[in-house]
Amino acid sequence: MAGTGAAALLALSACSSPTGSSGDSGSSANGTPTLSGTVTVFAAASLKESFTMLGKKFEQQHPGTKVTFSFSGSDTLAAGITGGAPADVFAAASTRTMAIVTDKQDTAGTPVTFARNRLEIATLPGNPHKISSLRDLTRSGLKVALCDRTVPCGAAAQKAFAASGLRLTPVSYEQDVKSALTKVELKEADAAVVYRTDVRAAGDRVRGVEFPESAEAVNDYPITLLKNAPHATAAKAFIQLVTSAEGQKVLARAGFLKP
Amino acid sequence: MTEPAQAHTVTPENRSRHGRPRRGAPLPLMLPALVGLAFLLLPLLALLIRAPWRSLPEQLTSAEVWQALQLSLVSATAATAVSLVLGVPLAWLLARTDFPGRGLVRALVTLPLVLPPVVGGVALLLALGRNGVVGQWLDAWFGITLPFTTAGVVVAETFVAMPFLVISVEGTLRAADPRYEEAATTLGASRFTAFRRVTLPLIAPGIAAGAVLAWARALGEFGATITFAGNFPGRTQTMPLAVYLALQNDPAAAIALSLVLLAVSIAVLAGLRDRWTTAST
Repeated sequence: MAGTGAAALLALSACSSPTGSSGDSGSSANGTPTLSGTVTVFAAASLKESFTMLGKKFEQQHPGTKVTFSFSGSDTLAAGITGGAPADVFAAASTRTMAIVTDKQDTAGTPVTFARNRLEIATLPGNPHKISSLRDLTRSGLKVALCDRTVPCGAAAQKAFAASGLRLTPVSYEQDVKSALTKVELKEADAAVVYRTDVRAAGDRVRGVEFPESAEAVNDYPITLLKNAPHATAAKAFIQLVTSAEGQKVLARAGFLKP
Repeated sequence: MTEPAQAHTVTPENRSRHGRPRRGAPLPLMLPALVGLAFLLLPLLALLIRAPWRSLPEQLTSAEVWQALQLSLVSATAATAVSLVLGVPLAWLLARTDFPGRGLVRALVTLPLVLPPVVGGVALLLALGRNGVVGQWLDAWFGITLPFTTAGVVVAETFVAMPFLVISVEGTLRAADPRYEEAATTLGASRFTAFRRVTLPLIAPGIAAGAVLAWARALGEFGATITFAGNFPGRTQTMPLAVYLALQNDPAAAIALSLVLLAVSIAVLAGLRDRWTTAST
């Protein structure tokens, strides 16, 4: 399953390469004028809404460039990069997944943290079960979906529960944060522990409940240029946009916290 | 006359059963066949080469692995049983009766084959989930909710695996001579008796082959299961789910788990093929 995912990633990035074959014409790193080519960004699934918007902004600011994204679980993306997928930029949802790539020396320079995300409880619209704290989730008869501890949102949830001294038996350890959210959106689960940004993106299909223990489990989002980036100059400019005040505004609107 | 020549003069019926031509296969067939075989086996071979043999014993002694394997075997077998009970009559209906729109029904039966399993899982949630079209009544009237239960795993696996059985059995039924059934009914047997006493023994190899196929598909099922039944160790976490999640942060463990699944399926499939299904091949 993950194998096919990686293959799809490779296919996706392979598709994007012919469009901008000789892109790095703008040689001066600070001079903005002559950027061209296709920047391939591998980004964590939770960045989908904000990065898609930033990609459009980038293309407007630099006519002749194109930004293509591959959004997926950070682990899957990291595996793709270490496996040789031709990407320019990697934005991960945790420092642990970024470490997979830095350990293999596949990055150019040190990753910088550009955003942070914290957990929130997603409940059914209108919060019919009157959930107001992490403790409320441990009530018997309540169906709660968590992320599996192997994925960042699950690891963060475990940390939050450990910090509160609570024990919770969920109905399911979901494969990623969006699956956990979907279970609540479809009303199969009564609540899920997901990211603030996912609650924001789901609109009125779920209701978000903040809880203080989430401060114990904040995820850092690092971004970096990759060593074998086919379009390094344009890629650097994209990272600059993400970390700029303008980029931070877009990320804040999606629910991310300042680094 | 030499002996092989004689073998070729027997009736076509006998020849197909016994006298396979002994001469070497023609190159245009042999070459792609070998490439195809290599293509199918190479990834499995790579799995064996890169397997963490040294840490294998400790990887495989964890309780969670055996729990997942047990659940996989039980649910795949249950899904096969359900597929047999519902699928064989459905195949008979498609092969032996004539009703308007049969072609369309046949196409619809095979739909789960082309549907991405994850979409199948979402469709099952919309139909049989706690808030689903049918599921809300199951919940209100009988207090039954399928998602997040082992029964939900069986439902998801059956949905994906049953078409394989139906297709296989329907093909066998079409190839089987309907005159045996007709003779039975002429002699006074009811149509159901004819099906039970004449048709069923006649197509048994086809049913066995279909059941093996369905079982194998159910055993490897991932997408529909994780979407519809979720993932909880001992209740809904089958081997493929355990493998996928292990892959997230411990590829070596994932390979070890895959080896177990491979070994078990090879043992079962090889065993069954010899005993039941050689007649149909």
